[in-house]
Amino acid sequence: MSYIIQGDTGDWEVVIGLEVHAQIVSNSKLFSGASTEFGGESNDHVSLVDAAMPGMLPVLNEHCVEQAVRTGLGLKAHINLYSVFERKNYFYADLPQGYQISQFAHPIVGAGTVILDMPDGSTRPIGIERLHMEQDAGKSMHDQDPKRSFIDLNRSGVALMEIVSDPDMRSPEEAGIYVRKLRSIVRYLGTCDGNMEQGSMRADVNVSVRKVGETDLRTRCEIKNVNSVRFVMQAIEVEAQRQVEIWESGGEVHQETRLFDPAKSETRAMRSKEFAHDYRYFPDPDLLPVKLSAEYVDAIAATLPELPDEKKNRFMTDYSLSAYDAGVLVVDQDTAAYFEDVVRSPEKGKTRDAKLAANWVISNLFGALNALGKSVTDSPVSSQQLGQLLDLMADDTISGRIAKDVFEIMIETSRDPADIVEEKGLTQITDTGAIEAAVDDVIANSPEQVQEFKDGNERIAGWFVGQVMKATQGKANPGMVNQLLKEKLKS
Amino acid sequence: MALDQDTVRRIAFLARIRVEDERLDQIAGELDGILHWVEQLSEVDTDGVEPMTSVTEVIPALRSDVVNDGNCRDRVLANAPDPVDGFYTVPKVVE
Amino acid sequence: MGNNLTNLTIAEARDGLTGGDFSAVELAEVHNKAVADARDLNAFVTETPDVALSAAKASDARRAAGDVRGPMDGVPVAIKDLFCTEGIQSTAGSHILEGFVPEYESTVSQNLKDAGAVMVGKSNMDEFAMGSATVSSYYGNTINPWKAATGENAGKDLVPGGSSGGSASAVAARLCLGATGTDTGGSIRQPASFTGIVGMKPTYGRCSRWGIVAFASSLDQAGPMTRTVRDAAIMLGAMAGHDLRDSTSAPVETPDFESSLGQGVKGLRVGIPKEYTADGMPQEITDLWAKGAEWLKAAGAEIIDVSLPHTKYALPTYYIVAPAEASANLARYDGVRFGLRVDGESLDDMYMNTRGEGFGEEVQRRVLIGTYVLSAGYYDAYYVKAQKVRTRIAGDFNAAFEDVDVMLAPTAPSPAFAIGEKMDDPVAMYLNDVFTVPASLAGLPAMSVPAGLSADGLPLGLQLIARPFDELTLFRAGEALEQAAGFDLPIFSGGED
Repeated sequence: MSYIIQGDTGDWEVVIGLEVHAQIVSNSKLFSGASTEFGGESNDHVSLVDAAMPGMLPVLNEHCVEQAVRTGLGLKAHINLYSVFERKNYFYADLPQGYQISQFAHPIVGAGTVILDMPDGSTRPIGIERLHMEQDAGKSMHDQDPKRSFIDLNRSGVALMEIVSDPDMRSPEEAGIYVRKLRSIVRYLGTCDGNMEQGSMRADVNVSVRKVGETDLRTRCEIKNVNSVRFVMQAIEVEAQRQVEIWESGGEVHQETRLFDPAKSETRAMRSKEFAHDYRYFPDPDLLPVKLSAEYVDAIAATLPELPDEKKNRFMTDYSLSAYDAGVLVVDQDTAAYFEDVVRSPEKGKTRDAKLAANWVISNLFGALNALGKSVTDSPVSSQQLGQLLDLMADDTISGRIAKDVFEIMIETSRDPADIVEEKGLTQITDTGAIEAAVDDVIANSPEQVQEFKDGNERIAGWFVGQVMKATQGKANPGMVNQLLKEKLKS
Repeated sequence: MALDQDTVRRIAFLARIRVEDERLDQIAGELDGILHWVEQLSEVDTDGVEPMTSVTEVIPALRSDVVNDGNCRDRVLANAPDPVDGFYTVPKVVE
Repeated sequence: MGNNLTNLTIAEARDGLTGGDFSAVELAEVHNKAVADARDLNAFVTETPDVALSAAKASDARRAAGDVRGPMDGVPVAIKDLFCTEGIQSTAGSHILEGFVPEYESTVSQNLKDAGAVMVGKSNMDEFAMGSATVSSYYGNTINPWKAATGENAGKDLVPGGSSGGSASAVAARLCLGATGTDTGGSIRQPASFTGIVGMKPTYGRCSRWGIVAFASSLDQAGPMTRTVRDAAIMLGAMAGHDLRDSTSAPVETPDFESSLGQGVKGLRVGIPKEYTADGMPQEITDLWAKGAEWLKAAGAEIIDVSLPHTKYALPTYYIVAPAEASANLARYDGVRFGLRVDGESLDDMYMNTRGEGFGEEVQRRVLIGTYVLSAGYYDAYYVKAQKVRTRIAGDFNAAFEDVDVMLAPTAPSPAFAIGEKMDDPVAMYLNDVFTVPASLAGLPAMSVPAGLSADGLPLGLQLIARPFDELTLFRAGEALEQAAGFDLPIFSGGED
């Protein structure tokens, strides 16, 4: 499964590290009382602090600190009880203070791990180097006026977490899985909504290549602000290819910041500056160091939900699900809850068939929801109803085949399965006499097929089953049909 | 160490202050004088000393996560040199 | 009558207003007139006579209704132009903020407003509070009302010190009863010493910095400038207080500072830091310092020699830390959201044109120094080193305050000098702050009290430094010094016909 780029001079591997910027879920900004709400009129969600008016001062939002700690705990990371906000100095039109308040030498969260769930069911740990809090910048718009760019500061000062991975990923696929997993974790934690379309999550992708077998890293390039999982993967692919071509043609890759252009499927260097950046970080004297107590961290840890990895393990242990099924079900907290609701029988101490439940959720429900463009939270079929459907199968009221038809009606109408079965008269025929009559009828009317069977074509047994089911409008119990056919054909 | 013109030019660009070439030498001299003077700090033994980040040791009160500011576009734009349609403006940025 | 009213102290004005001897409007009118008559001092960037009158009327109305907001109610004050004042131009002495009219009021000036104080104008200052002579203001230099009687500067226009030189001159020339200053490395105390008034820098965190144009955030602190120690105590009481909008504001109660007065200094342990001397410091300052110690001893204090071994490194430390912070604090003056914009072809051009024209020479110099000491490769050698030395300097004070309750030292190494002096050599100008900077770096409360005259007849101040948040002791010792010195602020001509 390793990702190798075959060059003229040999095989190359790609080395990837990601810096993911995740907007912290909060009502107000990191250092001001202005709203973080997406959209709005230009410069409406802006306070005098966000506009960096003379004499305005930042005051730290306690909820953002808690969210960062919560995320750190979710990443199984070390929480630094002492962290420091620093000023990252540079001039840009949408950076009103002339510096970004960020954490540098002393981030709030240190080393941690994210476990990737690979499609083959295996797992792969990716190191987290750090997580720090920082302010988002405003937005520049360049198309409104021939001579001017317009500046909107609504996003200026919104709290971000920058989550920096180690350069542990080796393929575009891994990077994609990493971003999805990170998104799953922060969504579980409620610390970031993970909405990449609205920019709540975006990634800077560090890419370098090296010959297979090399241990040192070669020069990397940073692809800025990639805003979808698909683009992350594409950007890595084309950037790695570009670098391999440079090295192989005797050139050298220069460390630089690049942009990914999805339309052209290429990366290109950002307009080079006259001088390199020199951010002149130093501790922000307007903000005192953030000092947390171990008790504070413990209290947050105590409120952490069960996270995807633990849930997956539990699903595998408790419900004997495959790693793949468990992994798919836990990506999203609502899906996992839905699944568990389906498994949970209203009868005390009883559970439904978990594997069957998983199959129905993953194949039937997901399929239907995808087609409708709905999510599990607004599913027309409630978990209770799906559970009832499983019950109808379990007690042989309906067959699996009929269940699929009933499910389709449930998706359309949101009605209870029992009502549908009753109204449409879909109750399975389990009366031996009735089934026997139908079987006899089919056998009597199909002498040629009977002969074929007797000549050794056992596969034709299936055809008989189909005929019997047809004759009973699919309501005959398939097990009993099989049983009777077997007996009667062989006799 | 004497500051050269290029260093002054680089620093002035980092600080986004226009310094005409004819002033570079004078400024280099002044900055050099100041830097030379502050270098006496190297005499102080600071082994094992923590750099100060703040003179106060108080635990600051943090903000509750409530929206109680903003929605004051007029005040935010009141002093802007060239506002258009609720935006600040700058010379066109090409990126 | 007018002359008498401008000669009042704040305490006397309070008593007079309480007793109905005069009204706040009368007080405002004579001070408005005094301000207008003293324009040659250039103590104000913006005069606000109408604001003063309406505030005074409101004060009188409150008083008539029995609602007096305290000792500052109806008292005319000047507000340094570093404080943002709602609806009134606030320039920080800089071209880059010319015409800037804040939509907000700084916490300290709001506190004073709420206490009923009457603002007569925005006082002149060194640009962005960077300077020790109020010669770097874009709005022209301020002149000290004092003149040397003899010596090489006899009769010349003198600087009032800085950066709060406008406030100092205004208080000394009796254009207001008190004024706000800000002190980053001595900007309240040194001009107070140069103009023969009391200048008090409270503990870092005592007064909110919210709404004060930032120079060096870890050092900036607002404080009162008045003609008596009692007035400083009264005025600080109205300025101070915890402010949730400033993370460095201390969550401490504001005591009744005036209550510390009248107790004497019997038993108080006064430290004399032996390192507070400077090359070329006139003997008369050393002598005055010794005299100050004798006065306090005579009043019952115990005089103890202490050592602050890192004193000589305070000034170079300050000239790394303050410019570094300033280089970032002044980045917001970029021509985009407020203040001056000088157009350019590109965004960077616009920035450089705006900041090149908008900032004066001294501000540019400090921003460049600050940028340099933070830049890659120099950060550890300069900035981190300086912050470590700063820890040492604060440690010196901590150790010394084990043995003493307050320290006595000169405020400045010289009396006021002539305008134009020390302009060629930045370091020579910086040396003005050699005695005031250490307390700033350690965040300690300190106060300059006028204590005597130089041989040429210019005022000289002595400085008291106390433990953090022990302003009560500072005022107590200051009052003893004031009483012993018997310093008399003259009534300068020109303020009254």
